[in-house]
Order: sequence, then structure tokens, then C-alpha cells
Amino acid sequence: MEGDLGLWAIPLAILGGAIRVSTPFLFVSLGEVLTERSGRINLGLEGTLVFGAMSGYAVAYLTGSAWAGVLAAAAAGSVFGLVHGVLCSLPRVNDIAIGIALMLLGMGLAFYFGKPFIQPVAPDLPAIPLGWWAESPQVQAALRVNVLFLVGIVAAVAVWWMFRATRVGLLIRVVGDSTDAARAMGLRPAVIRTLATAAGGAFAGVGGAYLSLFYPGSWNEGISSGQGLMAVALVIFARWNPIACFWAAILFGGAGALGPALQSVGVTEGYYLFYAAPYVLTLGVLIATSSPTRAMTGAPAELSITK
Amino acid sequence: MNHSPLSRRAVLKGGAALAGAAALAPLPQRAAASGNLTVGFIYVGPKDDFGYNQAHAEGAAAVKAMEGVTVVEEENVAETIDVQKSMESMINFDGTTLLFPTSFGYFDPHILEVAPKYPELRFQHCGGLWQEGVHPGNVGSYFGYIGMGQYLNGITAGHATQTGKIGFVAAKPIPQVLLNINSYLLGARAVDPSITCQVIFTGEWSLAVKEAEATNALADAGCDVVTCHVDGPKVVMETAASRGMFLNGYHADQSALGADKYLTGAEWNWAQVYTDMVRATMAGEPIPNFVRGGLAENFVKMSPLGPAVSDAARNQFEATRAEILKGGFAVIEGPLKDNRGNVIAAEGQAFEESDVALESMDYLVEGVVGSTS
Amino acid sequence: MAITDRDMGAGLRPSLAPDGWLAALARRAEAVVIPLGALLAGLAVFGLFLLTQGKSPAEFYSLVYKAGFGTWFSWQNTLSRAAPLLLAALCVALPARLGLVVIGGEGAIVTGGLAAGALAGALAGLPGGVGLPLLALAGGLAGAVWIGAVGALRHYRGVNETIASLLMAYIAIALMNHLVEGPLRDPASLNKPSTAPLAEQLRIGDMPGMDVHWGFAVGVLACIAAWVLIDRTTWGFAARIAGGNVRAAQVQGLPVGRLIVGFTALGGACAGLAGMIEVAAVHGSANASLAGGFGYTGILVAFLARHNPLAIIPVAILLAGFEASSGLVQRRMDLPDATVLVLQGFVFVAILVSETLYGRFRVFAPERWRAA
Repeated sequence: MEGDLGLWAIPLAILGGAIRVSTPFLFVSLGEVLTERSGRINLGLEGTLVFGAMSGYAVAYLTGSAWAGVLAAAAAGSVFGLVHGVLCSLPRVNDIAIGIALMLLGMGLAFYFGKPFIQPVAPDLPAIPLGWWAESPQVQAALRVNVLFLVGIVAAVAVWWMFRATRVGLLIRVVGDSTDAARAMGLRPAVIRTLATAAGGAFAGVGGAYLSLFYPGSWNEGISSGQGLMAVALVIFARWNPIACFWAAILFGGAGALGPALQSVGVTEGYYLFYAAPYVLTLGVLIATSSPTRAMTGAPAELSITK
Repeated sequence: MNHSPLSRRAVLKGGAALAGAAALAPLPQRAAASGNLTVGFIYVGPKDDFGYNQAHAEGAAAVKAMEGVTVVEEENVAETIDVQKSMESMINFDGTTLLFPTSFGYFDPHILEVAPKYPELRFQHCGGLWQEGVHPGNVGSYFGYIGMGQYLNGITAGHATQTGKIGFVAAKPIPQVLLNINSYLLGARAVDPSITCQVIFTGEWSLAVKEAEATNALADAGCDVVTCHVDGPKVVMETAASRGMFLNGYHADQSALGADKYLTGAEWNWAQVYTDMVRATMAGEPIPNFVRGGLAENFVKMSPLGPAVSDAARNQFEATRAEILKGGFAVIEGPLKDNRGNVIAAEGQAFEESDVALESMDYLVEGVVGSTS
Repeated sequence: MAITDRDMGAGLRPSLAPDGWLAALARRAEAVVIPLGALLAGLAVFGLFLLTQGKSPAEFYSLVYKAGFGTWFSWQNTLSRAAPLLLAALCVALPARLGLVVIGGEGAIVTGGLAAGALAGALAGLPGGVGLPLLALAGGLAGAVWIGAVGALRHYRGVNETIASLLMAYIAIALMNHLVEGPLRDPASLNKPSTAPLAEQLRIGDMPGMDVHWGFAVGVLACIAAWVLIDRTTWGFAARIAGGNVRAAQVQGLPVGRLIVGFTALGGACAGLAGMIEVAAVHGSANASLAGGFGYTGILVAFLARHNPLAIIPVAILLAGFEASSGLVQRRMDLPDATVLVLQGFVFVAILVSETLYGRFRVFAPERWRAA
């Protein structure tokens, strides 16, 4: 049959799925790396992601411009990050708990204000047909790459370089590794952490806009199935390394495409177990690479959950 | 207990603090006496999901427009103790006497738990589960034979497909879904017996990213027409349209999502069903405990045919619809095998839409690529 | 908050010694006054939000009161909803004593419920007095293994427990769906795949005189038992030391590994029991409705209660009361169902932020009454 790829359909689907599904994971985990490297954890990025998805969709619909939606989502995300950052700067306020509360508030506000935008159709973000050279429509479809995916790759490299070679990156790392040392250097840890959290929130908001404006490409209350929460987990998996975040997101997205792809070539029994592949895989890698004796490499010393 | 003076006093006391008389909810008995009927609708998801819940909410909107009827609604009510308490809250605070808890999973145990406590009220459940002698007399079931709609969908799909492969995104392999899948393929095979249907189960009734991935996987597998059975078909329709596939809608009208790629769709017509039931209740007539209907009874309808439907397709669609409306039409008709080679209908054997055997369907017919577990 | 140290402290100073009954009361009052004040502040902020939406806060709060706490029906509604939250919150609060953040209680609820559903057939012939405890044991054990494994991975492999428990929750739900729709499916459960229904004598009924199942009482008892364990036993004391500083605890020879596995397993057992109760008291069989999100709400309850098992009880009831009012608010004020989520969000942020106020008011610190 024309266009039938046989078993080659599986790796192709995994590649296509990895590109399509990974972007929100990538953005949220990059944002969380920024936050966690500064010594705070923001568990509420799921709520930021969902609010970003809603606000991005709403603004794209109202202005007719998908990019305006992305900007709005980033702005909304940074506001959530800022709130988290400021509240956690108060003495004895627990960052994990505030994150959980903001997750609830973000989702609540997104659902509350999102009702009128479930039905309308907003413009989508453009995709670049990187598969133009291929004859096969499947390959073309798999390589229809969204601009945000490419932006995410650039951002991952940029964040990595920032931590390695810039003053800002150094400041964030110092603050994340020792509050006392940072104070001794005359830095204001609370301010730096707050800004890092706000920037992290902006990333998560953009991840949400990807969900509603490109893939799956519509706003509804079930748009996120825990991507924001999972992405925060992937940061630990990626050992706070932005480049590793990219690979973790790709791995996770690709594994998620396994279930549908296997069914489409006729492997249909036990699909729930295939759908659990990303989680099993992540857990497996985590168990294999962790160690009870040495501390987690790359972990910021001030981070509450790894102390 | 909920009608005790204590509870009533408390209701009145709480009500005094409120603005407006709406808080002074009359008790059910009062409501019936005054001739004003309060009807409650409960949905498992958002009521504008372009799908299952929207179809019911459109029915509720038609009831709302009726004279002398008050409609109360709740959306996103889980199939847990949530729905039991939502029903009781509507009864206790709003004086609701006729309830439509619309999700399939609300029936057992939730409606069965609440209904015996309020024998004078009526609980109408969508799904066709009520059994004489087993379930309470104040509970009723209603459902539509929408499989016929998927059969008609299949006819338009059979004409539209170039690759001979059509696709189906399904939530779970339960009888209602399997009947839809089988009907869809058999409709297409009425056009061309070599057509196959690829099914992908997402495992959940509402899971946006998985539905999009499933649709993409179907497109990658060469399917060029797609339909679905999930709660909200919006994601499937939009993803399929972006891959250039033709669309067959389900639950509600999704023509707005597919533009010229939308062939037709199998829709519920709950407005008709609900207004009939409410009218009967207001006239003091009993509603039968078990009501079912198909295209002929106006329980189910088809979206208007889209511009991509060819004349040949239109003719076969209309002729088949006329045949169905006459009655006695059977989609599952022998000789027919399932996709594992077992005979499910011998030569001359036919299962009409009202046949109870269809309600425990556990097979996919020959030509469907997929498995039931 | 209206009360400040200046208002009260000044008047008290001359006459009272800091070790009198009033001093004891003052020390205790801080933990009550601050959260209550924060609750009111959160409600006020949400009231402002409602005003921007053109809705009346007075109408809203009277509806919340009425539907959550205002009538006998409302109380039954609230307590029924609180029942699973009590046990789910313990799954977070117990490991938290060791400084562990477990967010995957949902997985233990699902495995506990699944274990109960799977055993329904085998235990069908037993009388309720024997069968029900066995069922509870199975549910608790399944949950204990699930979250205990997270603790073991943490201690023996150094795997972060937050991410591991979350992953395990997703895996548990997938396993449950697979088994309920496959090997464990009752063929009679046509359109809602479930395990075989529990025999009548294995069902958990309502407490006498009310429409609230026994799960609520079990939850309250579990909270009290957990408080005794943490506050009144050497195990609880050891756990608190280990939670404060693992190395110090190891130096002192405390069995840190056993404590970690024990407390996570105990938390998991609570959540597993919650799942078993959902099956035996509400659903009658195990099916996809088990993943109802109680595990995630439990995280919130535990953090709001500052991981204090006794505080979990009022917090769970408050939260359940908000949820019980969601329907009435939707119907009367034409507000979306998410309104109660927004309310909870504001209230929780306010209560968590109020942590910063502890120790700031001299009125609660008798030793400072004489100073200044």
C-alpha cells in the first residue's frame, strides 16, 4: 500500500512524538532549572502552565495573533513566578507548600476565566516544514517543527551557557549554593531568587501557550495531563543541567508516542502499560543513576528537597 | 432525614441571610403542588466540550426555554461521592424533583444509592441500564441507538477515502464504543468491502495530548478519514483537519472545527428527548422506565452533509437513512466474522439496533485493526 | 489581625507571671489565632476578587456556609467528602516528619483500592467481621508496599522521593486500568469496566443516625493515632530527630533506614486504606473512579495542617466544606465550577504566608511580656 512504512512507522512516530510532545516539558523544566539553581523549588508550575495555556489562547483569539498569545502567557507566567518568589522571601514561608497552593490558584483562575474561550478557535502558531525534502507524508508530518521547539533548544543552550560563563549565571549559582556566602559577597539572595522564579514562571507560561496554540492546539480544562508537574520532576532527573533537560524532555515525549504508534502497527494488547512507558523509563533511569552515598551531583545546596 | 424540621429550619435560617427569594427553596412536595417544576442536570465534564456533555447541555438549554420550568445545572462532577451529594444538594436546596445525571458512570452505585432515599422524585439516567425488578421504580434509563449514526458516518467515509484506510480514536473498549467502531467500518464497507478501519484506544474519556497523538498515529498509518468516541472530540477533529484528513463528527456538531473537511457527524438530539420527558412530568403523565430510540425516534440526528461529500455518497447516505427510518435495519448482519476469525453472525442472522445482544458486544468485526483488550 | 502585642501585652504585663495559666494559654493561642486570622484574610481577598467580578461576597459566603455547614444535610455532605482526605493527608504528613516530601499518595489510594477489589471474590464467603478487616489489611498493605518502596528507594538508592512517588502514582493508575479492563474485569461490568462487586457483608455502611460512612471515623482515629505516634512515642521522637538532621541521627545510632521505610510505609498504608474504603463504602468495586484526585488534595491538607495529624482533621473538614458548597454556588450565582478552586487557592496562600507571622507577636510569648 502506498505510503505504508511498516515497522519503520514506530521510530518515525517516536521521533515525531518527541518533537511534538516534548516542548512543554522542555520549557517548564528549563524554567524550573533557573528557579532551583537559585535555591528555591516552585512546585506550582503546573498551575502556571495551565494559566499560560488559557491566557495565551485567550489573547491569541482576541488579538488574532498567536505570538501575542505567547507573550501574554510569558507575562502571566512571570507574574505567578514573581508572586511565588516574593511570598517565599518572607521568613519561614515554605516554597514547596506555596508552590502547591499556587498550582491550585493558577488552575482555578485559568478554569474560571477560561470558560468563554473553550469554544472559539484561536490562530495556531506556525510550524516549519523541515521535512520538505522527503516524499513520505509521514516524514513530512513528523518534521513539521514548531518554532517554539527551536526556541526551546536555543533557550536550553543559552541557559547552559549563562550558568557557565556569565555573571548572572554565577550570581544565581552562588545564591543557590550558599545563602551565607552570597550575603558575604554583598548579594541579596531573596531578590535574586525572586527574579529567577519570575523568569522560570515565564518559561512555564510559554510551555502552556505551546499546548493551547500548537499541540494539541486548543484550550480546554483537560489540556494538561500533569505536564507541569512531570517537568518539575524531570529537572531532578536532568540533574539541573539545561542541556540534559532537553534530552529528558525528548526522551519523555518520545516514550509517550510509543503507545499510539504501537497500536497503529497492530500491537494492541496492554496499551495502558505502553502508555506508562515514560514513567517506568524515567523511574528506571533514576534508580540506575542515583547513589545512596554521594550527594546528587549538580544539586544546588540550598534546595530544600535535596538537603 | 433530609426533610426533617431541623433541616428545614436550618435552610430557612440560612436563607434569611441571603439576598433574593431564590434561597427560600420550596421543598419538593411544595414544588409539585405549585405546578412549577425544577429540573436538575449534572455533567461529568465541562458543558461546552463540543462533545458528550455539550450534547446534554444543549438538551438542558431547550428545557430551560420551556414555560414553568426552572433548570439547575452542575458541571465537572466526578463519578464519586461528589455526584451523590450534588444530586442531594439539588434536591435539598433547590427543590429539584426531576434529575438528569447524564454520565454513564453515575448509575451504579451513585443513583442506585440516592434514589431509594427520595422515592417521590424521579432520576433519569442516560445509558440504558435500568432493569425491571432489579432497580428502583423511580429511576429511568434512556439512550439512543447512535451506532446507526456511525454507520451513516461510515458511508460518507467510504466514499471519501483514497487510501482505503479509515481511523477511529476510541477511549475504552466497552460495548458502546465497540458498536460504534464496528458500525463505522461496516458503513464504509457498504461502499467498498476492502476498506479497513484502524482503531487506537487512548484509555481515558478525556485526555487531550493522547487524543492528538492517536490522531497523528492514524494519519501516519495512512488513514485519511477519522472519527472518534471520546468525551470531547475537539482535539481529534482539529488535529485531523491539520493533517488533511476528512472528518466524521460524534456527540455534537463539530462542522465548525473542520470547515470543508467535515463530512457529517452522528449527534445526540437530547433537546427532543428532554423536552418530551419534562412535558410529560408536568402533565402528570408517567415517564416509562426504559426509553430508547434511534434516528426514527429523533433521539439521534446527523449533521448536515458537508461540501466534500460527493453526489454518489449523498445518494447512498440518503437511501440508507430512508431504509433505517423504515425500521428493521440491521448493521450487524450475517455472514460476519470478528477480526480474530470467530463467526459472530451466521448467514441470515441479523441483529437489529434494539437487540439486547448488542449491548454486551465484546468483539471488533473483520476489517477493524485493533484489539478489545 | 486585630490583636497585637501593644493592645494586649501592655495591659497584662504588671499583674501576670509568664508561667501562669494565662501564659500557657497565650503560648497555645498563637497556633490557633494566626491560622484563623489568615483564613479570614484569605476569605477577604477572595471577596475582593468576587467584587471585581460583579458578584456579592455576602451572598457567596452565606451560600458556602449554608451548603457546607449550615444544615444537617450540609454537614453530612462535608463529612462524607472529608473522609478520604484525612487518610490521604496522613500519607504526606507522616513522611514529612522525616523531612520527606511524598506527593504520590494517589498511587497508594489506587493500589489499595485495587487490592480490595481484586480480593472481593476470594473473601466473598467470609462473614463481614472477618472479611472486612482482611480487606482493610490488604488495602493498607498494598499502599504500604507502594509508598514504602519509595522510602526504600530513597534510603538505599538515593532516589529522590518526590519524583519517585509521583512516577509511581502514574504507574499505579496505568496498572489499575490495565487490570480492571483486562485480567480482573468482571464480565458483567459492560460499559464501566470494574472488578467483581464486593459481597454485601463486605461493604462499609453509614455511621448510625447519619448519611456518612464509617470511613470518616476511621480517618479521625488514624489522625489521632498518628499524633500519638509522633508526639508520644520514642519512634516519633527519633523520626523528628532524623527529619531535622540525618547525619546527627546516624551518629546517635538511630536506625534511619528503618525509620524512613517505616514512616513512608505507614503513610502509604493510610492512603491504601483510603482506597479500600472508597471501594467498600462508595463504589462497591474497583474501577477507574478510584483515581479521583484525593491523593493530590491530601497534599494540600497536610501542608495546611503543617503536617500535624490533629490539625489535619479541621483542615480536611474545612476543605470538604468548600467543595460541598461548589454546586450551590454554581447554581445560585451563575459562577463557574472553578470558583471554589480559586477560593481555595486564595485561602491556602494566605494561610501558608501566615507562617511568617509566628513569633512576631509578643502577646503569644509570655517570656517577652516583661521585656521592653
